[in-house]
Amino acid sequence: MSVQLVCEKLTKIYGNRKIKALDSVSFSIPSSGIFVLIGRNGSGKTTLVRILATELEPTSGSATINGIDVVKEPQKLREKIAIVPQEARPIPWMTPRQTVLSYLLWRGFSVSEAKRRATESLEKLKLGDYSDTLNRMLSGGLKRKVLVATVLSSEADIIFLDEPTTGLDPISRREFWDVLSEIGKKRFTFLTTHYLEEAEQLADRIGILDCGRLINIGTLDELRHKIRYNYSMKLLSRPPDLEVKDGEVLTGKDGQTRILTVEEEAFRISRELSKEGVKFTINPVSLDDIFFYLVRQESQERGDGSAIGAATE
Amino acid sequence: MEVPLEQRPNRSRFSQILAAVLVNAIYEMRNYPVVLVNTVLSPLSFLILIVFVSQGSLLGVAIEGGLIMSMFSSGIGLQSDLSHLKNDFKLQDMVVSSPTGWQTYMLGIAISEIVYSLPALTVLAILAYYYLTLSFAGVIELLAVLLLMFLASMAIGFTLSTFSSDIVQSFAFSRLISTLFSAVPPVYYPITYIPMPFRYLAYLSPTTYAAELAQDIAGYIKLSTTMVAIDWLILIAVAVGLFMVARSKARWREV
Ligand SMILES: Nc1ncnc2c1ncn2[C@@H]1O[C@H](COP(=O)(O)OP(=O)(O)O)[C@@H](O)[C@H]1O
Ligand SMILES: [Mg+2]
Repeated sequence: MSVQLVCEKLTKIYGNRKIKALDSVSFSIPSSGIFVLIGRNGSGKTTLVRILATELEPTSGSATINGIDVVKEPQKLREKIAIVPQEARPIPWMTPRQTVLSYLLWRGFSVSEAKRRATESLEKLKLGDYSDTLNRMLSGGLKRKVLVATVLSSEADIIFLDEPTTGLDPISRREFWDVLSEIGKKRFTFLTTHYLEEAEQLADRIGILDCGRLINIGTLDELRHKIRYNYSMKLLSRPPDLEVKDGEVLTGKDGQTRILTVEEEAFRISRELSKEGVKFTINPVSLDDIFFYLVRQESQERGDGSAIGAATE
Repeated sequence: MEVPLEQRPNRSRFSQILAAVLVNAIYEMRNYPVVLVNTVLSPLSFLILIVFVSQGSLLGVAIEGGLIMSMFSSGIGLQSDLSHLKNDFKLQDMVVSSPTGWQTYMLGIAISEIVYSLPALTVLAILAYYYLTLSFAGVIELLAVLLLMFLASMAIGFTLSTFSSDIVQSFAFSRLISTLFSAVPPVYYPITYIPMPFRYLAYLSPTTYAAELAQDIAGYIKLSTTMVAIDWLILIAVAVGLFMVARSKARWREV
């Protein structure tokens, strides 16, 4: 029995639109731990998630999860999956307890078993004190937790979470990470985000999606090796006479300049910038830099030259 | 990773239907009790109006009208509730990606609409018990008319919900449909009250046929056997026909 998620040439074209929301996406990863799919808005993350969660038919291509065909055996797969869709909201006239309980009933649990599991999962997410407050009274972060509590309480061993932390404040988001990494220990968690630090923190494997294409996939270390530079410098503007001998200069839509380079060159540039009094930061290459670099490389290869803006918030 | 089959829960269809009834009816009534008052008042308000205007002579007809309108708006309610749960809360997506199939989901939501109307139906049933004179067969026939009315309007609601435009999904639209089909046609009074050329307009609404049958059953009007047969046939045809349209159009998994 294969314990893998395999996609083969998955393509999606919506209705009579011409653009491909997904463009021949193929990959194969072990179906365990946390997989984080990163990409800008509109890159096709939700489309891929909805196809894999049997909510949307692909235009062509195929996918299997643990040997179950997503397109041909949806019933069989639905026994094992659970999802929190992007922009899902807990129903305002219900309480967290009622929300989790009813979800479990939908999964076919008996009332007594559903009650037991609901209490357990609400406790686990520290929602115990709010269990019987109406959802509409809860903060954005707590509302999101209620939804995660539903899938957490279920028996599903494949969990899809589509941008679960978008819109949360930085502190709530960090709290959320503990919950997510907890889920990922026991079940295969397929997570999407456009926060790169989130992927860095949580992911066992990372996929980068841009304009419907999967431009890279691998562990953080593997992705690091796609790029031969190890330092990233950021400066608010680029001095006209600055020369970069061994490195890559990336300019974002915001005018910020990013230089990816090797150690020796980084120190040389630093000295030069200090001399001229230009302010800058220097850091080891992060996922953010890798994303920036790979996405630009891909769009240059494609020849559309669309400059990408800041990839982070 | 793989959990052996015997450890999987024995999924209960009853639970799956109960989930829909709780979410779409019980919890809302329990957590917002004012909803209860509203569901009771809306079919009663018209009834009271008609009874006053007719100085009591149309009481029986208006009670039947209230019953028909309750069943009709329960069915039509399916349309706005399905859209609401799907688009605003993404609940339908969560259910699609779960072991609940579409038949169970729809059945659950349909039952929840009836449950939502139970307070009003109870009040109307009590009124009917005191003010309508019906034989046992008449009671059965009236229940059949009401059930058919519910199925027909559910088919309309279901069909409408498969059109995914913003207008169709708006709350105002479902109110409009409700008004067109229940307040304008002669649900609360005999069709003979409508002057002649306009009477044909009334026959565009399925509620007219249900009302005609109900009024005949309780003896407020006298229909020929042919007319009775035609009325039944039309109600059945609307229900069956629209269910077939909805079935072919509705998609559980989107394309
Ligand atoms: N239902 C739809 N109909 C038409 N186009 C869509 C639909 N959903 C998404 N798209 C388009 O498909 C592309 C990918 O969207 P999506 O998968 O939502 O990306 P992401 O989740 O990464 O933001 C976008 O160009 C978007 O406009
Ligand atoms: Mg998305």
